[in-house]
Amino acid sequence: MDAHTTSEAQAHPGYGTFIKVWVVLLLLTGTLVGLSHVGQTAAVWGLLTLTPLKAGLVFYFFMHLKYEGPLLKAVVLVTLGTLLIFFALLFSDVAFR
Amino acid sequence: MTAQPSFLENTGSRKGILAWILSTDHKRVGLLYLYSMVSFFFVGVTIGVIMRLVQLTTFQHLVTAQTYNALFTLHGVIMIFLFVVPGLPAVFGNFFLPILIGAKDVAFPRLNLASWYFFMIGATLAILSLFTGGGAPDTGWTFYAPFSIKTGTNISLAVFGAFILGFSSMLTGINFITTIHRLRAPGMTWFRMPLMSWALYSTSWIQLLATPILAITLVLVILERFFGIGIFDPAKGGDPLLYQHLFWIYSHPAVYIMILPAMGAISEILPTFCKRPIFGYKAIAYSSMSIAAVGSLVWAHHMFTSGMSNVAQMVFSLLTMIVAVPSAIKVFNWVSTLYKGAIDFQPPLFFALSFIFLFCIGGLTGVMQGALAINIHIHDTYFIVGHFHYVMFGGTGFAFFAALLYWFPKMFGKMYSKKAIYASWFPMFIGFNMLYFGMMILGMMGMPRRYYVHLPQFHWMHVFATVGSWFLALGLLGFFGTLLYAIFKGEKAEDNPWGGVTLEWTIPSPPPLRTSKRFQPSPRAPITSRRRTRRD
Repeated sequence: MDAHTTSEAQAHPGYGTFIKVWVVLLLLTGTLVGLSHVGQTAAVWGLLTLTPLKAGLVFYFFMHLKYEGPLLKAVVLVTLGTLLIFFALLFSDVAFR
Repeated sequence: MTAQPSFLENTGSRKGILAWILSTDHKRVGLLYLYSMVSFFFVGVTIGVIMRLVQLTTFQHLVTAQTYNALFTLHGVIMIFLFVVPGLPAVFGNFFLPILIGAKDVAFPRLNLASWYFFMIGATLAILSLFTGGGAPDTGWTFYAPFSIKTGTNISLAVFGAFILGFSSMLTGINFITTIHRLRAPGMTWFRMPLMSWALYSTSWIQLLATPILAITLVLVILERFFGIGIFDPAKGGDPLLYQHLFWIYSHPAVYIMILPAMGAISEILPTFCKRPIFGYKAIAYSSMSIAAVGSLVWAHHMFTSGMSNVAQMVFSLLTMIVAVPSAIKVFNWVSTLYKGAIDFQPPLFFALSFIFLFCIGGLTGVMQGALAINIHIHDTYFIVGHFHYVMFGGTGFAFFAALLYWFPKMFGKMYSKKAIYASWFPMFIGFNMLYFGMMILGMMGMPRRYYVHLPQFHWMHVFATVGSWFLALGLLGFFGTLLYAIFKGEKAEDNPWGGVTLEWTIPSPPPLRTSKRFQPSPRAPITSRRRTRRD
């Protein structure tokens, strides 16, 4: 019960944190838009690196992953790791076709 | 112990069917799945028998070629999505997982009931697709693009049904993972859990990770059909092979969703009837997890003739070979459990041994197809049809029957006629091998799958296989008829008729509504490894 209460208390980090994260997300989105004007290669690399970073921030703060226990974090890591392996195996076809 | 009413008796305020379809009790939900799935199974069997009859020239007037396409599509959809995929986890997982680990219920009982509703809604939509829209789907159960995008038949509703069925599967997976992590009784450590729980745990991970990919893929098919988004359409720059990749990323691991719980049930049955601990408990537990992990990475062996890159072909061929290793570990451990065991031949063991025999044929022919050179020749022939029926029906199906026979006295508190079960096994086993081994021979001879007609040189083997299907259907009718009779007229079963040592055998048959049995953590060994004594 205590642990539950603590977890609930920690699950609300305050609007300041949310606004900071939101500003970072806006900046990253602006960077992505800027990269799309530089050229296709820059846009693709931007998407491959900055978009997962944006998703990670959303997971971590807005979806409260930061305040969860190690088990749930491990579940999310396993899921994302599996997805990455699927992508890698798909590229073994697409990249060499 | 004061006699508590069993879960089969209505003690709440709701009466009749409402007491069942609104119940969140895991045992009742398990039985709801059992009744629905066996009903769908017999629809699938009927379609299968009709398809075999069509191959006898005398009966070809029964259906047109277009209807034949619809029949094999529906047979696949029903058998895969409505029987073998949910099969053991939904029925025996729901009923026994909490009992096996000493929990009162699953972690989310309402979500559990919701899963059954999703299952029924998805099934209803899939069946409705036969009679609405542009007619019954004719793509095969794989819904391959670009045909599934172009055909005028009612694909959209059928894939939406499969999409809803996916939710049922995912929610069950989430429920089981949470139950095993959070609700094990004190002392029920990971390596004291029965192997069925390990099997359900690994299966649940596949359900959780792979099913969303199918769900998204099917939504893309619907979007493609309605809005022409072009993701799978080569005319618009799309890639039809992407569909095959996405489809098999789910559908190959789905084979392990089907077979892992079956292997778990076999790992419970064998030690009980050998009167000795399971051989290699940890190896079996780890092999379940490694089958789940490696089995999720082998999907493209379904695509060796599709035109994908040579590099991918070699990668997936290698991975396919590797997945045979943990499967073989299980088989060796089962055989080692039998070795020098005090074997008590009872119907569940009989079916479990049949499972090992049939699964070995299915598994080894699978390794054959992992080899690129062989795969090119037998791809899309009857050999494939024979092979996957050995795995899915000979494997999962026979294990389902073995599990049903093993746990039936506990679930219903009644004992069936063992003689009638043996009598049903005989035509079932003979017919099965005539039908599906016959198909493998046909495939080797060059008979392509999904053809409405065949060349004269294949006819005698088609006749042989079709006669086998009659024996098989006869055996199935006898099997389920015997169990149905036992539910109503069977003798009362003992609480522990087989001398099992896992927790379900320590509670009354049928179980009371509240089944929490606190685990006594005295022995250090896994619960399935405790010393067993031969029943007199």
